[in-house]
Amino acid sequence: MEQALKNTLKKYETKLPGKIIEEIETNIPAGYSKIKFEKLMEKIYAEYKKTLTDPGEFVGLIGAESIGEPGTQMTLNTFHFAGVAEMNVTTGLPRLIEVLDARKTIKTKMMDIYLEKPYSNGENIEKIISSLKETKMGYLVDEINIDISEGKLDVLLNNKRMEELDLDIEKIFKKCSNKIRSFKCKKDKDSNIIIFELKSKSSSLNKLYDAKEKIKEIYIKGVKSIKQVLPVKEGNEYKIVTSGTNLPSVLKLDFIDKTRTRSNDIYEIRDILGIEAARQVIIDEVMKVIEQQGLNVDIRHIMLVADTICVSGKIQGITRYGIVKEKLSVLARASFETPLKHLFNASMMGEEDPLYSVIENIMINQYIPGGTGLPGLITEIHTKNTKTKKSKSQNKKKAKNSKK
Amino acid sequence: MELKVYKKIDKIKFGVLSPKQIKKMASAKIITPELYDKEGYPVDGGLMDIRMGVIDPGLRCKTCGGKLKECPGHFGYMELARPVLHIKFIGIILDLLRNTCRDCGRILIPDDKRKLYLSQLKKADEQGGLFLRRKRIKNIVSSLKTIKKCPHCKSKQKKIVLEKPTTFIEDEERLSPIEIRIRLEKIIDKDLKFFGINPDAFRPEWAVLKVFLIPPVTMRPSITLESGERSEDDLTHKLGDIVRINQRLFENINAGAPEIIIGDLWDLLQYHITTFFDNNVPQLPPARHRSGQELKTLTGRIKGKEGRIRRNVVGKRVNFSARTVISPDPNLMINEVGVPMEIAMKITVPERVNEWNMAFMKEHIQRGSKNYPGANYIIRSDGKRKKITEETKEQILEEIEPGFVVERHLKNGDIALFNRQPSLHRMSMMCHKVRLLPGKTLRLNPAVCPPYNADFDGDEMNLHIPQRQEAMAEAEILMEVQTQLISPRYGLSIIGCDQDAIAGNYLLTQEDFSLPRDEAVDLLMEIGIEDFSGLPDRNIIKGNEIFSCILPKDFSFKGYAKNYMPGKPENEQPQGAIVEIKKGKLIRGVLDKSNLGVGKGLLLRNIHNNYGSAKSIKLLGQIHRLGIKVLTKYGFSVKISDTDMNEETKKEVKRLIDNAYEEVDRLIDKFEKGEIKSLPGRNKRETLEISILKLLNDTRNKIGEKVIEMTDRNSGTMTMILSGARGNLLNIAQMAACVGQQALRGNRIKKGYEDRTLSIFKRKDLRAEARGFIKNSFKTGLEPHELFFMTMTGRDAQMDTALRTPKSGYLYRRLANALQDLKVEYDFTVRDSGKKIVQFNYGEDGMDVSKSEGGRLNVREIIDSFEE
Repeated sequence: MEQALKNTLKKYETKLPGKIIEEIETNIPAGYSKIKFEKLMEKIYAEYKKTLTDPGEFVGLIGAESIGEPGTQMTLNTFHFAGVAEMNVTTGLPRLIEVLDARKTIKTKMMDIYLEKPYSNGENIEKIISSLKETKMGYLVDEINIDISEGKLDVLLNNKRMEELDLDIEKIFKKCSNKIRSFKCKKDKDSNIIIFELKSKSSSLNKLYDAKEKIKEIYIKGVKSIKQVLPVKEGNEYKIVTSGTNLPSVLKLDFIDKTRTRSNDIYEIRDILGIEAARQVIIDEVMKVIEQQGLNVDIRHIMLVADTICVSGKIQGITRYGIVKEKLSVLARASFETPLKHLFNASMMGEEDPLYSVIENIMINQYIPGGTGLPGLITEIHTKNTKTKKSKSQNKKKAKNSKK
Repeated sequence: MELKVYKKIDKIKFGVLSPKQIKKMASAKIITPELYDKEGYPVDGGLMDIRMGVIDPGLRCKTCGGKLKECPGHFGYMELARPVLHIKFIGIILDLLRNTCRDCGRILIPDDKRKLYLSQLKKADEQGGLFLRRKRIKNIVSSLKTIKKCPHCKSKQKKIVLEKPTTFIEDEERLSPIEIRIRLEKIIDKDLKFFGINPDAFRPEWAVLKVFLIPPVTMRPSITLESGERSEDDLTHKLGDIVRINQRLFENINAGAPEIIIGDLWDLLQYHITTFFDNNVPQLPPARHRSGQELKTLTGRIKGKEGRIRRNVVGKRVNFSARTVISPDPNLMINEVGVPMEIAMKITVPERVNEWNMAFMKEHIQRGSKNYPGANYIIRSDGKRKKITEETKEQILEEIEPGFVVERHLKNGDIALFNRQPSLHRMSMMCHKVRLLPGKTLRLNPAVCPPYNADFDGDEMNLHIPQRQEAMAEAEILMEVQTQLISPRYGLSIIGCDQDAIAGNYLLTQEDFSLPRDEAVDLLMEIGIEDFSGLPDRNIIKGNEIFSCILPKDFSFKGYAKNYMPGKPENEQPQGAIVEIKKGKLIRGVLDKSNLGVGKGLLLRNIHNNYGSAKSIKLLGQIHRLGIKVLTKYGFSVKISDTDMNEETKKEVKRLIDNAYEEVDRLIDKFEKGEIKSLPGRNKRETLEISILKLLNDTRNKIGEKVIEMTDRNSGTMTMILSGARGNLLNIAQMAACVGQQALRGNRIKKGYEDRTLSIFKRKDLRAEARGFIKNSFKTGLEPHELFFMTMTGRDAQMDTALRTPKSGYLYRRLANALQDLKVEYDFTVRDSGKKIVQFNYGEDGMDVSKSEGGRLNVREIIDSFEE
């Protein structure tokens, strides 16, 4: 693009959204004169202005409709495969509800880990996988023998599995010792046995059995709470899909692409990357569900929902404990759920309902302050002349209809 | 004419009635549980006292003098012999008692630390509202260890527990409501603010009732049964109990009865008053009718979907509406609704008489309410409404003058709102123009079915007639069908061609479709086109030339049909895949779902962009009708032989199925020998299942391909599929060759008997046919066991829908409730009702999706059109 045209384009930078500017840049044929281009820009700007939302439009309700209506067409109970046949992920309506409710515990946590350059081609992928997956003692154990009389547990390790994960008894022993309270730890290198011995012999039998379960849960290697790791080829590069999330630990690893690696747990993202990132995850997750179902919903509606969930700086689900609770109006809250609780609390606090929003005004049969009910007319009021008194009251009515 | 002055409610303040206010606002003191005397006249001082309003015709209210329906009702009151706790305030009473001194009534926080904690509490308020605030106070008090000793008067504190529902125990000793009231009275206003209580609106001692407010008679009317007997409202029953017990308590106290008897009566009074407010308190048996049915008292009346708020206050009932079964009529305009005569003569439109329409209105009155088009009522200038009958007609005609309003019958062209439930989006209620039609159903053009999600298997729809000019104008400008062409959900047309219309246009625009000139003219006449200058001067007219007659003369468009293969160069594209319109002529290409259909309709979207809504609705109507007329004129049918396979294909299909069976057997064999290599994260069994499922699905897809290869592309069934009118390729494969694997929750079927699906199979049979593979086609018919598998998946699908509807409905309700007051302000920011900014620019660019093209501004097209 020529410099002269670029200057013209620059003038519109504040007027037009970046996406449109970009599109103009890529679509403009060569050989435009400056005057012609200016005229074109005027036309594009005029067309853009035509598409703007009208003030007073209830965009929230349109958004709710646009998500609620396709919701009736979604399938329930679909576990979809996340690109690979081996892993199940909640999708469809249950996942949508999960995200919009902003549930703290979600059914299937997962991460998409992207890799840095040499590794993204598939180099050392097996090694990376084994270093990510959380390994617990239970996986490495062949058998555990309980010796009641001696008050000790003999843990026999599996050689093959240790090799597979590049471990030996020395390393495992380090991880094990002092992990279980009131047990001493010994190793027998030749027979591949780690012995857990009760410090005081008098302890009860139950303790031995408890210890057996605890031993199985000892963390040995990998990233905590990552239960499954799978490589997926996406285009030309490999990414890693995991079930279970642990973003803080994964981001510390040096071979991953920190800019693209993501988790599907909103709260985890919020804690590590901030509320704006959480908002983006909400948008992405909802879009993913909708696209998987073969439905079509504009991203603006989802952005609005995500923004409402995140405006206050914390994540508030679309529930009676979340956004609805935050509403200014007593009547609006009462009309949703648990009306009496809200009414009694309001009366104790002496709350005032300013009647700013839709539902209260419907309740008391007044115009709603939005859409065609938004504009009002203010005119001068003549007080002395009795003949205009009528018009005075009329004006008053209209003036009151209008907002301050 | 008198000018009405409407007052606007500016705000509503909530508060609790004090005993003083109760006495002041009450118009009657109730002293006796009796309702009526021997003559059936309400007793003075009884619960149906006519000072509290009237519910009998003929009586007049003693307070306001109004008759039935004029008197709004007035409250009464009753002095309670002993104070009683209000069940809904138990929580706050407990908090107050625990956190204030039992002697001096001060909050158990020393004065010097007040400031610190107040700011803490403010934070709690923001986070969790009143509930969290109270919890926080409790934590503060217990952390200060002042719980044992008051920091103000140094007196010792005792532990208070609430024995649900209404008994307070302080160190094993019961606190009577009298004591509670005394303690609550001692709390000073300054301390109340600490608890989030506004002392102007609520003093805690008011939560212990001494004076009892009795609701007006009008809100608890009695019904007279056929037998002449009166049946009282639930509330009246409950109030009767309260008054009776209260009287007995009074008498016993005056007679100096023993403490135990008084205590019992007091508890009973407490019970009755509690259940009067809320009959669903845990730990308390609900009060019942003699029949055993639970009484519906105050809380029950307000709460829930059927309660006062959601049923009557937020939802409202309307007049001037109609509802019947709907049926299709493609000859209607898309923005019309066919209304039967019965409805048109019952529902009316008010029309104000002036000197210019006087004669016209008089004609209507002359015809009366029995002849169409007549009028049913007139409203005189003073607001009196008169019915037009044979008797009153003459008089009305005489006295009519400008300013009268005539309620005349519906006529063609009147504005109506048309709606089908569930009203899931704004296109579920659109404005149509009335069209009177014979018959008894509401009629609509089948092209508007998609936005309403309507079909004609018995669906009913509602019709509303707006009654004011303002409402009519708003409906017409904002809600008429043509204004709703583009869905705000995705920015593409939601009203388009469907089924027949698509198939018809598809056939019409095929390369080899041609008609004699006279038939082409016939066809165009039928869809309402009278200008045939667009037709070429030939005796044989091609299909696309007929279609071109509809298009505007200056319209150009380039798009792709359904069979377009992205990424391939133009000369390799299948026939008709590229649709090109130049200067109003369809040059090449076949019109199918991707250009005319709902949710796609790129051609329609383009027309809408260039010519506006009025023109595009007219065009859409013509295209739609053209498609249907083509089919009706030239016939269209599907036949069983459409799905016949030739010998070669039959063999091929059999081979494919046999191969698959063998392959499955091999896999099972490998599994049993333990040779199968398990996929990561799966055990061997799961791996086997996954690979078998994949194999069988692949097989069916291959069979599908074979079937499609051999099917005649010109058969009815294939026409429907290829045009996108109905059905898909899988359907035809299932009909012709093989139904395929039935999947239940993403797996092969394994439910049923122990280790087997049906008793005809051996145990642990993992073969394809034993786990839900149907190798027959719908035409050859299913084997018994195959039918069972089919019904299993069928039932699962049914269950899915049944469970989904309420779930998604609730999600929708919550979404709508949470987002309903977000709107775009004059500065284009999106804000909520508290003026808090949610987005600085709607959707980051301020674009309205329903004005966009699939959510974007089509820059390319603007540049292209600018070039020309």
